[in-house]
Amino acid sequence: MSTIGLDSWAVDLAEVGAVYPLQGWEFPMVIVCVVFWLGWHVIQMKREKEHFAAAEKVETDGKSLDRY
Amino acid sequence: MEGNLNALTTIFTEFYYWVTVVFMFLIHVGFCMYEVAASRSRNHMHTLMKNVMIIPLVTVTFFLFGWWIYWAFPSFPILGGIDTSAGEAYTPWSPNMGTHLGDRITGVFWAAFLLFSWTAASIVSGSVIERIRSSALWVHAVLIGSVFWIIDAAWGWHWDGWMVKLLGYHDAYASGVIHAIAGGYALGVILVLGPRIGKFAADGTPRDIPPHNPWLLTIGLFLIYTGFWGFYAACNVPIIAPEVIDGQITGVTWVTTNIYLAPTTLSAITFNFLMSLSGGLMAAYVVSKGDAFWTFSGGLAGIITASAGNDLYHPIQAMIIGAIGVVIVYKLHYWVERKFKIDDAVGAVAVHGYAGVVGLIIAGFVLWGAPSSPYEGYASINPLGQTIGAVIMFFVLGFLPAFIVSKIQASMGILRIPEAVEIQGLDYADHQSYEDAKAAIIDAHKAHLSANN
Repeated sequence: MSTIGLDSWAVDLAEVGAVYPLQGWEFPMVIVCVVFWLGWHVIQMKREKEHFAAAEKVETDGKSLDRY
Repeated sequence: MEGNLNALTTIFTEFYYWVTVVFMFLIHVGFCMYEVAASRSRNHMHTLMKNVMIIPLVTVTFFLFGWWIYWAFPSFPILGGIDTSAGEAYTPWSPNMGTHLGDRITGVFWAAFLLFSWTAASIVSGSVIERIRSSALWVHAVLIGSVFWIIDAAWGWHWDGWMVKLLGYHDAYASGVIHAIAGGYALGVILVLGPRIGKFAADGTPRDIPPHNPWLLTIGLFLIYTGFWGFYAACNVPIIAPEVIDGQITGVTWVTTNIYLAPTTLSAITFNFLMSLSGGLMAAYVVSKGDAFWTFSGGLAGIITASAGNDLYHPIQAMIIGAIGVVIVYKLHYWVERKFKIDDAVGAVAVHGYAGVVGLIIAGFVLWGAPSSPYEGYASINPLGQTIGAVIMFFVLGFLPAFIVSKIQASMGILRIPEAVEIQGLDYADHQSYEDAKAAIIDAHKAHLSANN
């Protein structure tokens, strides 16, 4: 029993192809990848919106312009 | 013996592309340094983060669909449909896109193309600093890095691409397929985005917003030069037998080829890289009257202008072409800035976009009649094909999609940062926290001193 489909390296490597775990589950893994990617954009956009909303309420005294 | 030679060739090729990836990483380091140097202190961290996060976003999406596009789109839509069988091994669910003992090359070849994707996105990132929302830029990064540039690569930077077959399109080191498209894309975004507050006086005169750190900017550019060596090497197939090419080449001499599998040498591109860099630097120094920013950027523009034909040019031709390109680019940049009130913060549209377009057109004349491919039936290199190619790269796949997507983002209010934030600086919260923390620790020290005295 092995997650990569091989229990031993006593094989002819010319006969060996993929050796990653969960072979056969590539499509669900791609779905996880897409969710991870798009989910990241959603979280980031939400936080950015909050950040800008807070920023607009801050009073500017001009000191930060001179300093930064 | 034959088996050993094939094994050595495979390992050499695998390692060769892997090294180019490491070198090309420096391009991104250089772009990050350059962008931060060009921005004002109040925007540093956001500027850096905006560019750094291009790396994972473009990488993930290039894994999901960018690499597949390259293999499935060479004939689409002019000479056929989307070739799903050619793209099958490069879908994200293919076993070849993982740890596979029977496929040693896909990962490194994918990565070499991916680093080009980062570059395309990073070029756009520089031109929009200090006023674009990071969220908006990251959508554009995915579009240019994992969709539009790789479509143009399938069409014009693939041995089987329809632009190569029909137009004789020749762009060995990516004047068009990376630089013209990225410059056109940047122009499309900044046209909608608008200039930074204060960039133009009331009468329309542009104000200079100087880089806060010219030294960091210089090191950034020199890192881009360094990474460019990897970029050039990655554009070649290092060694290949004529029977593997299976084209019209006769004899048994193994050869280095460009991406179209047409012969060149590493020696040729080394000559031409350095001579076009020199032509660009010298012309930029003269035309800008020794301005440091333009002189160093001019070196880059010189290489970019000559890149389309640097597999075949004589080094002196590469030098002159690089120099001519820089003069045109410099003049065009300031004319466009004044005429259309365009705020291109790092000159990316000029250095990449205009230089790429000019380089493609020049290559059409200088290489007129040369074979674009070792295969029978392909159009030879010609000025009309190169000019049409330049329009496709800069305008059709670069400017147009950028302009449309930016218009949509602007209408939704998610393209540009609020005015108050632009004035305070994107890093206002970090600076506020810094000042608060500093004040708190000073107060604590004073209290400690009072208690002990």
